[in-house]
Amino acid sequence: MTTTETPAPARTAAADPPAAVRAVRRWGFLLRRLGFYAAAAAAAIVLNFLLPRLMPGDPSSAIVEELQRVSGQQVPPETLESIRAIFGDPDQNLGEQFLGYLGQLARFDLGVSVVNFPVPVSELVLEALPWTLLLVGTTTVLAFVLGTGLGVIAGWKAGSRLDSILTPVTAFLSSVPYFWVALLALWVFGFVLGWFPLSGGYDANLTEGFNLPFLASVLHYGALPAATIVFSAFGGWLLGMRNMTVTTVREDYVLLAQAKGLSRGRVVLRYAARNAMLPSFTGFAMALGGVIGGALLTETVFSYPGIGYLLFESLTKRDYPMMQGVFLIVTLATLLANLLADSLYVVLDPRIREQG
Amino acid sequence: MSAVRSGLLRGWKVRVGLSVIVFFVLLALLGPWLTAAVPGLDPRANDLTAIGQPPSAQHWLGTTQFGQDVLAQTIEGARGSLFVGFLSAVIGTALAILVGLPAGYFGGRTDSWLNFLSNLFIVMPVLPLILIVAGYMQGTGLWVIALIIGFFGWSGGARTIRAQAMSVSNRDFVLAMRTLGEPHHRLLFHEVLPHLTGWIAAMFLQGVIGGVMAEAGLAFLGISDSGAISWGTMIQAAQQQSAVLRGMWWWFVPPGLCIALVATAATLVNFGVDELSNPKLRTVRRSVVRRTRDRAGRASRADRADGVVGETRVGSDA
Amino acid sequence: MVTRTVHESDRTDTDLTDTDLTGARSASGAVLEVTGLAVEYVTDGDPVRACADVTFTLRRGEILGVAGESGSGKSTLITALTRLQRPPAVTTAGSIVFHPRDGGPAVDLVTASPRTLRALRWTSLSIVLQSAMDALNPVMRLGAQFADVLRTHDRSLSRDAAWTRAAELLATVGISGDRVRSYPHELSGGMRQRASIALALACRPELVVMDEPTTAVDVVMQRQILAQVLRLRRTLGFAVVFVTHDLSLLLELADRIAIMYAGRVVELGTAQEIYDEPRHPYTRGLRDSFPPLRAPLRRLTGIPGTPPDLRRPPSGCPFHPRCAARFDGCDTHLPGLVAAGGHAVACRLHDPAATGRPADTGQQDRAARPDRTAGPEGGAR
Repeated sequence: MTTTETPAPARTAAADPPAAVRAVRRWGFLLRRLGFYAAAAAAAIVLNFLLPRLMPGDPSSAIVEELQRVSGQQVPPETLESIRAIFGDPDQNLGEQFLGYLGQLARFDLGVSVVNFPVPVSELVLEALPWTLLLVGTTTVLAFVLGTGLGVIAGWKAGSRLDSILTPVTAFLSSVPYFWVALLALWVFGFVLGWFPLSGGYDANLTEGFNLPFLASVLHYGALPAATIVFSAFGGWLLGMRNMTVTTVREDYVLLAQAKGLSRGRVVLRYAARNAMLPSFTGFAMALGGVIGGALLTETVFSYPGIGYLLFESLTKRDYPMMQGVFLIVTLATLLANLLADSLYVVLDPRIREQG
Repeated sequence: MSAVRSGLLRGWKVRVGLSVIVFFVLLALLGPWLTAAVPGLDPRANDLTAIGQPPSAQHWLGTTQFGQDVLAQTIEGARGSLFVGFLSAVIGTALAILVGLPAGYFGGRTDSWLNFLSNLFIVMPVLPLILIVAGYMQGTGLWVIALIIGFFGWSGGARTIRAQAMSVSNRDFVLAMRTLGEPHHRLLFHEVLPHLTGWIAAMFLQGVIGGVMAEAGLAFLGISDSGAISWGTMIQAAQQQSAVLRGMWWWFVPPGLCIALVATAATLVNFGVDELSNPKLRTVRRSVVRRTRDRAGRASRADRADGVVGETRVGSDA
Repeated sequence: MVTRTVHESDRTDTDLTDTDLTGARSASGAVLEVTGLAVEYVTDGDPVRACADVTFTLRRGEILGVAGESGSGKSTLITALTRLQRPPAVTTAGSIVFHPRDGGPAVDLVTASPRTLRALRWTSLSIVLQSAMDALNPVMRLGAQFADVLRTHDRSLSRDAAWTRAAELLATVGISGDRVRSYPHELSGGMRQRASIALALACRPELVVMDEPTTAVDVVMQRQILAQVLRLRRTLGFAVVFVTHDLSLLLELADRIAIMYAGRVVELGTAQEIYDEPRHPYTRGLRDSFPPLRAPLRRLTGIPGTPPDLRRPPSGCPFHPRCAARFDGCDTHLPGLVAAGGHAVACRLHDPAATGRPADTGQQDRAARPDRTAGPEGGAR
């Protein structure tokens, strides 16, 4: 077949920017996001620096006194210096203090814990971080997959019996405060039935490491917290995905996919769900970012040895250096997770590359 | 507008949701009067003869470890929780409008900065942040807690308002008035803002629920006013006294259930509003479709039996 | 003011370049027979009849135009013909019999099983939607949207071969083959629309349903696309149901035209007949509401009133409240579609039993156009 009516070249050129321009556009979005997260990280560091200095009184002297009281000895000069750098030095102006603070961070020196004197905060944080990532990270992903999958089904069959039962029930479930669900679960399965331990992340009588009894105890201890997270988080995904699917299914491209005679699975997955998922994915990105912050309640209910529990403990015991350090790490980790999620989104939605 | 309103009230979701919310608001308003009027329903009195008792005829919802009546506390708690919810929602919504409205209306550089600000609050881990701030402030009353929740909880709403304000501001009537030199503040508050009332109302409702939930969560983490009674402080007291380990379920179940009820009610209202504003979400029940199809099936079968399909037929002249 | 005779003679030697072609094809039999089709929208109250008693035959290789105002049921007809309708739309009566090219057994699309339908889709029956922007999946590359349908209907086709075929198909509508790697938003509006036509032809269907495929593009592009459709039909021989609100477009493109009003076909005839001697007062109004493309200007007249509310359709003939030629009984009797030769009309003006005199086109012509008889040129006639 010959093409007699080739479109005018001018028209083609207008709609067809050179490959180089397209590449710049594609990376432009990511670069802009990168810039934003750099600015956000800077803001987080400044916030971290300012918070203790905005508070009434002189926190650094109070902490030094507390350290002396707890340890019963004179605080070593290098510890004194790092505490001054983090919480404020009455002898320096704000600019000098900020420079000192940045130097402190560059050395990853977050001070020493008051309660666990003289263990450095950074060490405690690094110890707790894997527990949180393991527990909350996997369950967040699991809840997203489960909720999104069920949401597609409910949305595709909107108006069916499944939809009319599943949707109101999950609306209720996602309205229940998380920590309350966790308390109930702990009471029923831990206290009444005795199936799961009441607190902790592993059996303290076992040696930590890659041995079977220890890993088994990690699973056993983690099961209940994990189940509660999935239970109360999947409903939100389900509802969002259901509504998006109901809307997307009416799009012309889904109609066309059906007209093409594609298999039902392909229409649902590649056309309806694939596109309906995009807004959910933005939420998922935020949830991933919120993993570490969100661990707070779970880990508090189950006394799970993660970073959330560390923050909770530091707060109740007024361990300011630890509080400050944990918060900084939580913030930076959250920003990093968001950046990763944004990058993934660029892969999923080609349209986003060309907008702000 | 009245058609919209009557349409709203016709849906069962909105009706049930609103009824539950109204019930709890009344409870919050009249609760103290109720607990004072009914003997034995004093939330603060310690009944030393009944300490940590399960529900009974005398104490319908049992008593706490301190011998306080759980029912009376739950009624009293509605006031504390909803107070924090409303105050934080007022602050949060006001901030969201303050940031989102000019960002969407003016666009350009104003938008860049304001949008940066709200994105910053969106990506920050808000719960730890609130915890830290509250941790530095010693002695927090319900007022302070509501302030903090409102101050850190506006960013999502600002984003919504910005998007909506942007779309309204680009409509012809606003653009035309801008060209005519109508002052910005007039356009903002008399033309653009009124178009956003629906969104703002929905946001406010979400804000109230978010506030109630956040108050409970913070109380659970130890950030609360130990003197005040709210659903959050009840759960916190139960947690502190190891109610779970003592099997005193009646202590922490009622306040949590109340929070869940209010939140579900709000979700139902939002569902109804969504379905009204987005007709695509309105679905026809399958049973109705099936009935029509069956009826049609019977009719066409009857037609065929008569040898007639439709009343006329155009012959092909081929 | 001009008289009708002027533009009639003007028209005969200019237009409808493809009519000679269809004359040869008309003998090759029917590809689609629609009989008594009714579609309702289910609501909590009374159902809404969007299509009622739609009956027509589509011949192999023919272009049938379907014209009507918005709300006339033409979009409903498209989804019903292709069995793409979703609740609340339900086909409540009638049949759509498809005759395959290879002489296989005829299939009633209304009762066909999902499996049978899926096998027919795209290989026999494809569709071009109004807006290609909405019809193409925004997050899939163009090639992938060709490849998946090609490979679904030809399991032996490899991935690479499917993409190569996609590039060839794009070339047939004048789009460079390397565009298979593009996303829909990277194409211009006209390109997208041509791509979706190429997509519709990917599996060599016998019938292509087109839903206003040129509404979203500018006039120049519109002409290009229509010329391409005609050229491709000449080479590939598919039949087309072309639905639009633009009757002038159909007059140039279609072999036969069906006029829809309030969910019913009110007139069906060749493009020539519809243009030269429209019988239904509504068709006449429709024809007179746009300027002729290649004839001297004449006065444009619209159709007074608005389309009926299908939830509460008027009694009798649905057009009678807007009809200037209505007479006793139009508000109670619903006229059926009656054929005289190939030209069918559903109007009591042409029903001898209703008017009490033999149907005569000339007489009704005048009766149906009182606005004209009152004018100076009416007096001249």
